[in-house]
Amino acid sequence: MTRTNDIILRTTTTLIAFILLGFSAYLFFAGHNAPGGGFIGGLMTSAAIVLMYMAYGIKSMEKILPINFRHVIPVGLLIAALTGVGGLLFDQPFLTQTFAYFQLPILGKTELATALLFDLGVYLAVVGVTMTIILTIANDRGEEEGV
Amino acid sequence: MEEMLNVTQSLVEYTTLICITGVSISLIILLYRAIKGPSNPDRAVALDIIGINLMALAGLIAILLVTTKFNDVILLIGILLFIGTVALAKFLEKGVIIERDMD
Repeated sequence: MTRTNDIILRTTTTLIAFILLGFSAYLFFAGHNAPGGGFIGGLMTSAAIVLMYMAYGIKSMEKILPINFRHVIPVGLLIAALTGVGGLLFDQPFLTQTFAYFQLPILGKTELATALLFDLGVYLAVVGVTMTIILTIANDRGEEEGV
Repeated sequence: MEEMLNVTQSLVEYTTLICITGVSISLIILLYRAIKGPSNPDRAVALDIIGINLMALAGLIAILLVTTKFNDVILLIGILLFIGTVALAKFLEKGVIIERDMD
């Protein structure tokens, strides 16, 4: 098979993956008052990572992003469960969420909710599950065939 | 002044409705190409443009419903469309979507 030169794909990927990660962060933080949240933010992040995988191949991506996505799932589940347990410490029912106002340096008066931490758990679990599914399917053959 | 506002509003509404009709007709013609298309690249291009038309439709319906909550959806459709088209193109060209070693 002839070697193809996909420089256009690689150059646009460096730009578009950057925009995608920014958009996913926006969706993640906008989830409280607008459409968005942990699930769709995690899906967008994994879309960016999949795009990089498609442009650069598995071998170089394992060098750039040395994360085993199977380990991301329990971390996300643990964060989500711990925010639930945190309510028990203050004599409240399980999964009680609270919020408070803080003065932050640049943002000014900001409402910070513990629901964001729960959302972070959802985000990590979604990224882990999506990337595990896609990478195991992409990896399953080719070891012996050498495609 | 009030009359002027009403005229503008109905103008926007009718324009949006006409545009939605146009986009719908183009979607139906594209669907014909996606079903009938003799080769697989024909279908891939047709599906790509169906997605672009869906973006236009979402924008027009956001105008009709007077909301800004659809703007994220439009961007999202564009991104997913790009990734889907790249994956389809890689599959048609090389047979694999994510290669093991590219260099």
